[in-house]
Amino acid sequence: MQAPMNNGCGTPQAGALSGRATLAEAILRRKHRWGEWLVERGIFMVSLSAILMIFLIFIFVGREALPVALGRTNNARIQKPIVAAEIPRLSPEKLAAYLGMTVADLKTYDADTLRQLVELKGQELQDIGNPDARINTTSWNMMTEPYRWHGYDKPEFIWQPVSEIPKFNIIPLIIGSLKATLVALLLSVPLGVGAAIYVSQLARPSVRETVKPAIELLSGIPSVVLGFFALIVLATMLQTVFGYESRLNAFVAGVALGLTVIPIIFTISEDALSSVPKAFTHAALALGASPWKAAWQVVLPAAVPGVFAACVLGFGRAIGETMVVLMASGNASIVSGSIFDSCRTLTASIAAELAEVVFGGDHYRILFLLGALLFAATFLTNLLGDVVVHRLKLKLEGSR
Amino acid sequence: MPFRRKRTDWQSLVSTAATGVMTFSVVAMVGVILGNIVWNGAAQMSLHFIFGGTKEGMFDAAHAGVFPMIFGTVALVVLMTLGVLPVGVITAIYLSEYARSTSAVTRVIRGAINNLAGVPSIVFGLFGLGFFVQFVGGGIDKVFYGGQLNYGKPALVWAAATMAVLTLPVVIVATEEALRAVPKGLREGSMALGATKLETIWRIVLPQALPGVITGAILAVGRGAGEVAPIMFTGAAYFLAHLPSHLSDQFMNLGYHVFVLSTQSPDIERTKPILFGTVLVLLMLTFLLNLAGVIVRARIRARARQANG
Repeated sequence: MQAPMNNGCGTPQAGALSGRATLAEAILRRKHRWGEWLVERGIFMVSLSAILMIFLIFIFVGREALPVALGRTNNARIQKPIVAAEIPRLSPEKLAAYLGMTVADLKTYDADTLRQLVELKGQELQDIGNPDARINTTSWNMMTEPYRWHGYDKPEFIWQPVSEIPKFNIIPLIIGSLKATLVALLLSVPLGVGAAIYVSQLARPSVRETVKPAIELLSGIPSVVLGFFALIVLATMLQTVFGYESRLNAFVAGVALGLTVIPIIFTISEDALSSVPKAFTHAALALGASPWKAAWQVVLPAAVPGVFAACVLGFGRAIGETMVVLMASGNASIVSGSIFDSCRTLTASIAAELAEVVFGGDHYRILFLLGALLFAATFLTNLLGDVVVHRLKLKLEGSR
Repeated sequence: MPFRRKRTDWQSLVSTAATGVMTFSVVAMVGVILGNIVWNGAAQMSLHFIFGGTKEGMFDAAHAGVFPMIFGTVALVVLMTLGVLPVGVITAIYLSEYARSTSAVTRVIRGAINNLAGVPSIVFGLFGLGFFVQFVGGGIDKVFYGGQLNYGKPALVWAAATMAVLTLPVVIVATEEALRAVPKGLREGSMALGATKLETIWRIVLPQALPGVITGAILAVGRGAGEVAPIMFTGAAYFLAHLPSHLSDQFMNLGYHVFVLSTQSPDIERTKPILFGTVLVLLMLTFLLNLAGVIVRARIRARARQANG
């Protein structure tokens, strides 16, 4: 029984009568309780708030990102210069955009001033020497493909939102996020799953009772504290051991990130392993298997979808984690294959840059776009993880 | 086969030992982290540190205090709880008492809760900025203050609102669990005596589930006290000379302060003692809140036992 109180008794509206509630129902029938009906409607409405919130997050993060996502922004600084004689033929909107002012402002100037402004602008455009100023760096092409910038000798992916020519290539950030996440998973999957096997299958009950809360304690440590620990203690320690060059890098961030992911992988895997019917283990033991063989060859294969879901949800958590990577990754947006190089992640870019951007500007919108990408990525991983866990539950309940 | 029996099963032994080592290395990591923080942070603890302000020098170990951050964190958490508790408990009541587990609406609600729990905290920050600060706050300013800037900026109330959304799944899950643990017989008995379903929930089920509700609130508070990313753009301040006195004020926060101290300090060696101290206070605050919750829970249970005879 999944919903013990779901037998339809009590509500005056509920038509279905279940045997025992008939008397109560009959008494209730005597008068319609409008007050209660309203309160119950209210309870239902409030319970929709989680859906509402997901919807609002989607709308309000998406809303700010939309102009960039649809390619409606253009930050190219060199357009074709407008000749003064063209002014009367141009629409006010176009002229205002050309001069970088609002239409309302434009209307305050007389024709003579406008002519002078247009000439000045034309002069200014001629003076800009950098050919890159011609480019709309907020287009999808420029955000995802390498480009040979002025002064560079080969095409490169560059995230440099605050510079004369803002460069918004998001590939370095995605690589940074994936690098830190990969290190985190390489550490946390073996540790988390291994600990789950030990605690759920092999350990004595007394050990289980103490170890389980101790590992779950890890999830209670705020991520800013783990970030601080990585920055102040772990970074120096790991540098002494491995002797790499930059003190803060994807490896340090990944190790600290692994600490935040271990409790998730541990808890979900442990749940999955424990929900495998004990009869499986007993049968294996009766056939002469050692406890390890029963756990490894019988219980684990039965719980594999749950362990997989744990890894997927751990991935979602690692890629969305902010404070740890912000503090321990070094935040240099370079493209490199080495995990011992500094990296900048999607989350850290949002956290570090959003406080300094112009509201409604291109940079602001692109940071929201990064947020929307993160939201989409975690939405999908969560969905996948939930579906897998749900299926596993049905399967194991069926086999009981 | 008697021969098999005698041979030691090395593979099983080694593998068991390996998983054991893994388990205890995780536990050891927890121990090292907490031990390191307690050891280094204890040296900084003093009445002046806990009750002092930051006026005399934020990065100076001898003068700095963390009272404004404790105040801000507690204010944030209290407001957040006021927001999240009613919504979370009512949702849990619907899910455990009214919803049919097979209906599409219920499945969508559960899916939304699961998803909400997995949304990255920085996305909550963006959402708080876009929705609460700019849309709601900006709207309030336009309607009630004639466009004057009051609520359309990062503020304590918006940070608390953002955090309430973030902790909603925590409260719902814990409360629903507690509601489901209330024996079915109690509900049936109540209804057999003529109580309506709503009266049964309000008078019988909820009081029984109170410890679980409080657990949910505690878990939410523990989460809310430690999260930094969602409040960075919705209300937390780098430095303030005064304590926040109004809902629309910004505030200082322990977690954010840890971030500021460890990344913005001009001289990290001199700041280290305050840093460890602040982290210790943050951890103690979450543990103290937990402890308070555990005591309250034990009392409620004792009272329930007495009442039941």
